[in-house]
Amino acid sequence: MNKRTVFKSWWLPIAFALPQLLLIFFFFYWPATSVLTWAFSLEPAFGGVGERLFVGWDNFREVFADTEYWRSVSLSLFFAFSATALSMFIAFVLAICVDRQLKGSGLFRFFYIWPYAIAAPAVGLAFRFIFAPESGLIAVVNTWSPDLWNPAKFGSHAMILVIVCFAWKWIGYNFIFMTAGLQSIPRSLIEASAMDGSGPVRRALDLQIPLLAPTLFFLLVLNLTESFVGPDTYGIVDLTTEGGPNKSTDVMVYRIVSEAFRGLNYSGAAAQSLVLIALIMLFTFIQFRYVERRVHYK
Amino acid sequence: MIERTPILNAVTYFIMFLGLLLILGPFWMIFAASTQSLAQVNTVPFNFVPGADFLHNLQAAWQRANLGPALFNSLVTSLLVMSGKVIVAALSAFAIVYFRSPLRHVFFWMVFLTLMLPLEVRVIPTYNIAADVFAPVRWLIQTLTGIELSLQWNLLNSYSGLVLPLIATATGTFLYRQFYMTLPDELAEAAKMDGARPLRFFIDILLPLSRTNMLALATIMFVYAWNQYLWPKLMTTEADYQTAMVAMRTLVPNINSLPEWNISMAGALIIMLPPLIVVAVLQRWFVRGLVSTEK
Repeated sequence: MNKRTVFKSWWLPIAFALPQLLLIFFFFYWPATSVLTWAFSLEPAFGGVGERLFVGWDNFREVFADTEYWRSVSLSLFFAFSATALSMFIAFVLAICVDRQLKGSGLFRFFYIWPYAIAAPAVGLAFRFIFAPESGLIAVVNTWSPDLWNPAKFGSHAMILVIVCFAWKWIGYNFIFMTAGLQSIPRSLIEASAMDGSGPVRRALDLQIPLLAPTLFFLLVLNLTESFVGPDTYGIVDLTTEGGPNKSTDVMVYRIVSEAFRGLNYSGAAAQSLVLIALIMLFTFIQFRYVERRVHYK
Repeated sequence: MIERTPILNAVTYFIMFLGLLLILGPFWMIFAASTQSLAQVNTVPFNFVPGADFLHNLQAAWQRANLGPALFNSLVTSLLVMSGKVIVAALSAFAIVYFRSPLRHVFFWMVFLTLMLPLEVRVIPTYNIAADVFAPVRWLIQTLTGIELSLQWNLLNSYSGLVLPLIATATGTFLYRQFYMTLPDELAEAAKMDGARPLRFFIDILLPLSRTNMLALATIMFVYAWNQYLWPKLMTTEADYQTAMVAMRTLVPNINSLPEWNISMAGALIIMLPPLIVVAVLQRWFVRGLVSTEK
């Protein structure tokens, strides 16, 4: 799509674009290319000066040979899919309910958006308290039988905790997009199908869900990417479990950052970043393939 | 509502109330805990009735996390990110939409690509460049002319370091682009006919028209910037530049003694309040901004 009327000037567009260009050059393209060079080379020892040593795929081989890495990958996948499924399911049910536009549903909508305002670390800290083994909401189960719930001790419990945090925070976001999607379904369609004798449940299943499919798919991709590599995952893990206990919540984002800054293994971290980047590109590619086909629904 | 469905309506209300419990429950627990004394907050089962220690806990949290300067830093950073983003994005979208320069498509795709890589996966090299911003410039000059310069600019522990990398993404540019595209061509035509040059058209016509978009973008950028955690955490080693979100880390209670969750929650409450107010009060703009930047 292009404008018919445009202004003529060779230097003005450059001047207007310059701030953005400089910013993305310094803080996006330069760092992004250094990830590439790091991933294929080795830092001289002890921060010494000298040429970086080109090592080809060695960093990747080293990363892939590490069983810890594969554990982290599978943990991330499990985390991403569970958190996405949980968050989207709850948001979807709530969105369908609110979209029935019963009296007072505006008030519910007002509150359902709130979780998105809360930063991931704050969610983490709050849920760490709510799900603490010795105080908070869930601690009561430990009075029935000790260690029925203890995320500081059991890996599976810790995983549940981070999944719940992420899912809760993203209910708000998913809800916003689902209600927007539902509202864009023409009212006349719903009314016509009601005239044909379908009840609200049938309409939800046969009309609203198919018409909402593009939104749902968009959200699916976005939730998966966000939970896989997003800042929220890092913030939540850092404030609740710190990757523990026994590395059972050491998801990929968390691992990369701790390896680079605590382990000072830049090359290994860069190689892992590249794998993540490849994954994001795959996700985005799928999304864009799909966005083109979405035109059918319009 | 199209037909009468009393039973289904009751079920709907029931689900919506459950949802409300799920959403507001944690908020209430944070609040209730922040008002209780140390002994109260550690009773099992949890007592949902607020206690009387609210002010005391707020004070303790304020001191422990050093919240005065931290909140100030967060506020400055968020406002700078917000205004920087609103301005930079408006400028670059104008360049993309209203000029037909041969570099337009290259620029568009360069901006577009930035959506692909979140800060998290390139955080280490971004840290390095923040420590030495002119590294690429030095490298460029050296390879071109062979002269070695000693140009240095360190952004670590500074507001520019907190702000600039967060502005370097494409989110807002596309919001403005979409909006400029919906404006009728006749607008620019008429402006040109009246002798307006690009700069005048931009300042006197485009900017006033995009006021609602600016507000929408501003709300989401404020929340986005306030809630940043990883980047400020890595790049601020000095307490002077710590943001409130990073200070959150100091509120995690010590597990060796009776955990002071009441103080933690009081601190969390203070830190999460500003974005919550933005979302609750400016919800219309926030939702609009969110929906239109992502599509």
